[in-house]
Amino acid sequence: MARKESKVGEGQRLKTSLQWLIAVAALSSSWQALADWSALNMTKGVTAISREVYDLHMLIFTICVVIGVLVFGVMIWSMLVHRKSLGHKPATFSHSTKLEYAWTIIPIFILIGMAVPATSTLRDMYDASGADIDIEVRGYQWKWQYTYLSDDPTQEVKFISSLLTPPDEYYNRTPKREHYLADVDNPLVIPINKRVRFLVTSNDVIHSWWVPDFAVKKDAIPGFVHEAWAVVEEPGIYRGKCTELCGKDHGFMPIVVKAVEQAEYESWLAMKQQEALQVYETVGKTWTMAELMETGEQVYTQACQSCHQANGQGIPPAFPSLVGQGLAIGPIDAHIDIVVNGKAGSAMQAFAAQLNPAEIAAVVTYERNAWGNNVGDLVQPRAVNALISSEE
Amino acid sequence: MSAVIENHHDDHHHGPDKGLMRWVLTTNHKDIGTLYLWFSFAMFLTGGCMALVIRAELFQPGLQLVVPEFFNQMTTMHGLIMVFGAVMPAFVGLANWLVPMMIGAPDMALPRMNNYSFWILPFAFSMLLSTLFMEGGAPNFGWTFYAPLSTEYAPPSVTFFIFAVHLMGISSIMGSINVVVTILNLRAPGMRLMDMPLFVWTWLITAYLLIAVMPVLAGVVTMMLMDIHFGTAFFSAGGGGDPVLFQHVFWFFGHPEVYIMILPAFGIVSAIIPTFARKKLFGYDSMVYATASIAFLSFIVWAHHMFTVGMPIAGELYFMYATMLIAVPTGVKVFNWAATMWQGSMTFETPMLFAVAFVILFTIGGLSGLMLSIVPADFQYHDTYFVVAHFHYVLVPGSIFSIMAAAYYWLPKWTGNMYDETLGKTHFWLSFVGVNVTFFPQHFIGLAGMPRRYPDYALQFADWNMVSSVGAFIFGFSQLLFLFIVIKCIMGGKKATDEVWDGAEGLEWTIASPAPYHTFSTPPELPERAMA
Ligand code: HEC
Ligand SMILES: [Cu+2]
Repeated sequence: MARKESKVGEGQRLKTSLQWLIAVAALSSSWQALADWSALNMTKGVTAISREVYDLHMLIFTICVVIGVLVFGVMIWSMLVHRKSLGHKPATFSHSTKLEYAWTIIPIFILIGMAVPATSTLRDMYDASGADIDIEVRGYQWKWQYTYLSDDPTQEVKFISSLLTPPDEYYNRTPKREHYLADVDNPLVIPINKRVRFLVTSNDVIHSWWVPDFAVKKDAIPGFVHEAWAVVEEPGIYRGKCTELCGKDHGFMPIVVKAVEQAEYESWLAMKQQEALQVYETVGKTWTMAELMETGEQVYTQACQSCHQANGQGIPPAFPSLVGQGLAIGPIDAHIDIVVNGKAGSAMQAFAAQLNPAEIAAVVTYERNAWGNNVGDLVQPRAVNALISSEE
Repeated sequence: MSAVIENHHDDHHHGPDKGLMRWVLTTNHKDIGTLYLWFSFAMFLTGGCMALVIRAELFQPGLQLVVPEFFNQMTTMHGLIMVFGAVMPAFVGLANWLVPMMIGAPDMALPRMNNYSFWILPFAFSMLLSTLFMEGGAPNFGWTFYAPLSTEYAPPSVTFFIFAVHLMGISSIMGSINVVVTILNLRAPGMRLMDMPLFVWTWLITAYLLIAVMPVLAGVVTMMLMDIHFGTAFFSAGGGGDPVLFQHVFWFFGHPEVYIMILPAFGIVSAIIPTFARKKLFGYDSMVYATASIAFLSFIVWAHHMFTVGMPIAGELYFMYATMLIAVPTGVKVFNWAATMWQGSMTFETPMLFAVAFVILFTIGGLSGLMLSIVPADFQYHDTYFVVAHFHYVLVPGSIFSIMAAAYYWLPKWTGNMYDETLGKTHFWLSFVGVNVTFFPQHFIGLAGMPRRYPDYALQFADWNMVSSVGAFIFGFSQLLFLFIVIKCIMGGKKATDEVWDGAEGLEWTIASPAPYHTFSTPPELPERAMA
């Protein structure tokens, strides 16, 4: 009687275990379906390379899922059936040379199946033939600088690209808008269907320049210039991020690349070159205190506030306060010098590379006369320019 | 040695000393094992609290609880404490308790050094934790502490960090020497290397890895120290140095390190699954060879952590192929465990539940590791949450689950009491659900583009981050249940038999429960060899 009961029990167990297996299979296939949903999977991107990478990813992913389902299937089956509670008696085998050879050798073939497409994709990515446009990408704590390299230095366009999201949004004081933490003031602009080469480097610590839609991720390392490239096929706005821990605002230095038609790109570039020329002229003129203070505040917000804070108090000891102490109320030459040349071995950068002389003059003047630092003096862009040129 | 044996009859009734000094001065492997295990648990909770700070901050977009400076200190300290304070000492604790009992030795070979190697740790970690209260804060450059963020741009506390790492390294090296010497010299007469339980084998290999790579870690932090205080420029591009050199040296240590944290786990699972399947371990020899191959390969794959630093293509290809190869011996292990279960007569007490979960979830981590080895795909995965999911799958339901499995499996032998099975199973299921809810969604967040070590994120990542945080709190708080279960078991409970588990094999099950303070003062007679 008891024996019969256990037989019945076993039959039911088998049925439930089958149901289990079906459930697991269904789950894993719905997981596959979900994986196509863009919010959960790698992007296909907009370059031939990024699509190749996506296909490779899906291939290795599928292989891994299949292996997983097989191995876990066997284990789960065994756990449901080979139980003491079902009266299952243990077998006594403890090895099988054939099996062991099989599961050493078969995986090697699977690996080769993965390595072949991986190698060919990698070779495509490393294709170093010439480029239509060269752009230097330089990481700073915590922003990017883009320089459109050109044989003619007066034609060189250079600008800083930093986070647009205001602190009020990330400190939850105002609602978060679309593209929260993913928008910048000056996006990188490139033409479509042109081979654009990125020469990636850094000014301070290591950063990493990642634009998923191009399948480009290159570490920006001080002292090294590494190259990566992309031929973007569709106009659009592509967003990326810094992916190497670079200090406090690592999460706050996004990347935005705008890919446009060639004609639009050219007119944009011409405009930028024109702007550069204008800066050249503004440096020559004599500024009033009010003009310097107004521009200075803007520059300060964009370039200095992340460390020295909006109220100038900094975050001591990492970032000193500029209020009522130190260089900001001390001799003006030393004050200009630290902004122009930075301070070696500290987070205080040489801003001569990032700001134009007018901006430096303005921000120095601003610091000397804001937050109750009523020093009262000012510096003209001309003077800053002379200082920088004399050093070069 | 001979002195120990001669004095044997005098010492026979010698038990532990009383009071605090018992623990401070002890040279007994069981006491030292206990110290290591409690220390590791304390660090596990400390590092766990930091993880909860991280997950609480990431519960929603925006900065709610902490500022980014502190967030970075939390990610850094969480990693350092879990790796060096929780996982490694737990395995050393298990080695202390189990290796002598498994090989029939009276104690570890170098008992005084054993005492030192433990007592260094509280000093090392007090020093590390004290940096949280220093001006400029604790280390904030990630547990991988890449230069120049960790040198020219580091907070002043970096010097304390360097000395703490030195102390941990000394402790690990001393512990490993002890394990090697014990295993090679103190096996019961007649026990050949290929008769040793797998836990002993995996620890022997782990100990060699530790002796090989801890000095490399010491080297790299010393170079940092020189750069910071003595004007050298190993890692400073401005001074003619090379920041990438740092990464090569670090990962030459770091990659074997990840195997240091998983090989003993393989040994534990290889002990537990046969017991509860009531069937011999499948493929003992291939298990040993696979462990040795993994250890060897671990030295020649380090730059797979650095595919984006701009290596030449030959380097990328070499490191990709070598890394993929690791899948072969790892696969052998997983297949062997599955074959051990196959046709067994299984029961699912708590240790078995943790062991089976280990095999499945570790395999998921292994498969995502295989994906990460594919260079072009790694360009998209690298430094995203996909990597975070990967290494947490191999470390949490990997290493940590194996440690929990070991604790449940050997607790009756250590305390003489059975733990509460219902509570143990509850702890397992809570941990299992918690771990998966925490880390499974992180695969998706990563593929969708969220980088790691971000205190705040774009809105499209909000849903899964919230899920992940909920899982983390479930997992975190269920560890308090574990603490309760262990204390309850120490205080009392159903008396354990000497064999404890009906299918258990090995010398440790031939001695009384709880294991007497001194065991195998005379070497045991080995049971008839039954190697097929
Ligand atoms: C990445 C963080 C960071 C940014 C951005 C930054 N600074 Fe600094 N700044 C520092 C640090 C750190 C110091 C302290 C350097 C030292 O003395 O070691 C410093 C020092 C200074 C000092 C000297 C303070 C004193 O009294 O010694 C001045 C002036 C200053 N910064 C101005 C600026 C201006 C103007 C900007 C924007 C154009 C700026 N800083 C942007 C980090 C920063
Ligand atoms: Cu960065």
